[in-house]
Amino acid sequence: MSIRRFSIVALAVALLAAPLGGPTVAAAAPFRIAIVMPSATTDMAFSQSMFSALKAVQKEMGGETALQIAYSEGMFKVPDAAAAIRDYASQGFNMVIAHGSQYGSSVEEIAKDFPKTIFAWGTDVNTFGLPNVYAYTAAAEQGGYVNGVLAAKLTKSKVIGVTGPVEIGDAKTYISGFAQGVASVDPGIRVSKTWTGSFSNVALMAEAAKTHIAAGADVLTGSSQAVVGSIGAAKEKGKVLWFGTQYDQSSLAPELVVASQQYDWTGVLKEMIKNSKAGKLGGEKYVAQLTNGGLKIVYNPGFALPKDARAAGDKAIKGIQSGAIKITP
Amino acid sequence: MPEQMTIFSLPVVTGILASAVRLATPYLFAAVGEAIGQSSGVLNLGVDGIMLLGAYAAFFVALTTGSLWLGVLAAMLVGLLMGLLMSLISVTLKAEQGISGIGLYMVGLGVSSLLFKVTIGTVKTVVGFKPLKIPLLSDIPVLGEILFQHSLPVYAAFLTVPLAWWFLDRTSWGLKIKAVGHNPTAADSLGVSVDRVRYASVCLGAVLSGLAGASLSLALVNLFQENLTAGMGFIAVALVYFGGWRPVGIMGGALLFSAVNAFQLWMQVLNVKIPSDLAVMLPYVLTIAALALAPSLARQPTALNKPFERGEH
Repeated sequence: MSIRRFSIVALAVALLAAPLGGPTVAAAAPFRIAIVMPSATTDMAFSQSMFSALKAVQKEMGGETALQIAYSEGMFKVPDAAAAIRDYASQGFNMVIAHGSQYGSSVEEIAKDFPKTIFAWGTDVNTFGLPNVYAYTAAAEQGGYVNGVLAAKLTKSKVIGVTGPVEIGDAKTYISGFAQGVASVDPGIRVSKTWTGSFSNVALMAEAAKTHIAAGADVLTGSSQAVVGSIGAAKEKGKVLWFGTQYDQSSLAPELVVASQQYDWTGVLKEMIKNSKAGKLGGEKYVAQLTNGGLKIVYNPGFALPKDARAAGDKAIKGIQSGAIKITP
Repeated sequence: MPEQMTIFSLPVVTGILASAVRLATPYLFAAVGEAIGQSSGVLNLGVDGIMLLGAYAAFFVALTTGSLWLGVLAAMLVGLLMGLLMSLISVTLKAEQGISGIGLYMVGLGVSSLLFKVTIGTVKTVVGFKPLKIPLLSDIPVLGEILFQHSLPVYAAFLTVPLAWWFLDRTSWGLKIKAVGHNPTAADSLGVSVDRVRYASVCLGAVLSGLAGASLSLALVNLFQENLTAGMGFIAVALVYFGGWRPVGIMGGALLFSAVNAFQLWMQVLNVKIPSDLAVMLPYVLTIAALALAPSLARQPTALNKPFERGEH
């Protein structure tokens, strides 16, 4: 992810959240993963995408006796996150996931002190040349493109609004792909973008969405954990469609969400765990894509998507998978 | 989008102003409340924390009972409790006001986050207060759309302005509050209980901060998330200084701040070529500039930020 500016998450949260993150001891020797993330495990976006994947892998491996998970959430402040990462490493966790691109320099520094611990961080592709660091990222522009194609098929007013946080990271690439997808169907459709300058200011995100609607938009999308505000604005207005990213956001507005690009990190996690059992602790980067299952387009079953739009969406997915469609991130 | 839509066209200007009225709501509640507390000589920097707890309480109660009004009541109660806590610390125990306010903010932020996690856990929404078109007035061209097509909390927020003015300037209660804020020793010698007046003023202000939170979670965004206010309470404190401790001045500041925010959003929507980073900074830059040029600090309650000790000079 990216630098989360203007977030005023105070020490209080860290203090209150700390007891939740403590590891427990089990009889056998389970694989132990600790994760540090910027927002909440329930943000319906970036943090939840990884947390859900961890839970899914845990279930697949046979529950807590096979895989232990400890987490620290709400770590918008990098120094707090760095302290948590170091803490988990010194507690002997097999793997520490630093889920936020703003944690990169902390990982680079701490990983050198714990050569036997696996560090995974994202979204980025830089492993710092260290043998115990994995990097992971999402080609968010791919799902953005598919969402854009679908949006272009569904807009009647020919105006689409995009509510973004800061023009950086996967928010930037998602929105870039989205705009290209729209243009591939009809370059005459207007895609207007707003950036609120914050990953967490829900009220401003909601007002940005209302502004788009007032300017004639009948389809909206956006990125970051603050988009729940945009979705709320779409709901209040009704008949304004929403496209999600990072996580399946259908449940937030079952009648308005058309589709979501979901990050699925289970493949990446399983690969890293498998590697570690073979003695390989890092040095690789993973890019979640539509081709490797790291990205998925989740259609909302509750939304009556017209057949031709669905066909155009599926065609775009195939085109990206085959390499026929090239997208600039 | 119609071709003629530019930043100075009528629909856009109308849109900006209607947005400004709506966005000003939480700032108005919170800043008017803070002005009442400050008039009695207590600086409460915990506004944002009270707003967060108020927003959470209102949302949780509305979500579980289905009643928006019970939610509003819960927010007021939580505000009252936080006001009592702030009064206890700063009036009875005479702690440094600035620091205790920051402490109150952290308590509000931490507790609202924790309670949200434990009781709600994930993003949920409620059907909040719906826009209420005022008959006849809402049909006035342009003006009707800007002023009279909002939800109930928006009207209520604007109603606090004349009410607070009347209360502070035209009732004996208001005079006592100001006397205590300007010269507590004199007020005390005339038989006014400084502590009691300060308790009441801080609590009334905190109840309004609770309402500010409720207006966010039940009218403007209709959901609760950790740190929902994102620092709005601090802007509200700045607006009190900006407005020179007068409700009308505060309203002007809140509208100006909100209008600039709405303006920058519209500039982005209409693709006016300025960097978004610069656009989102505008309201804050304006606040700082306005504070620097603030009418005068002459209106500042002389005893603001000073604990009162009887017999101390």
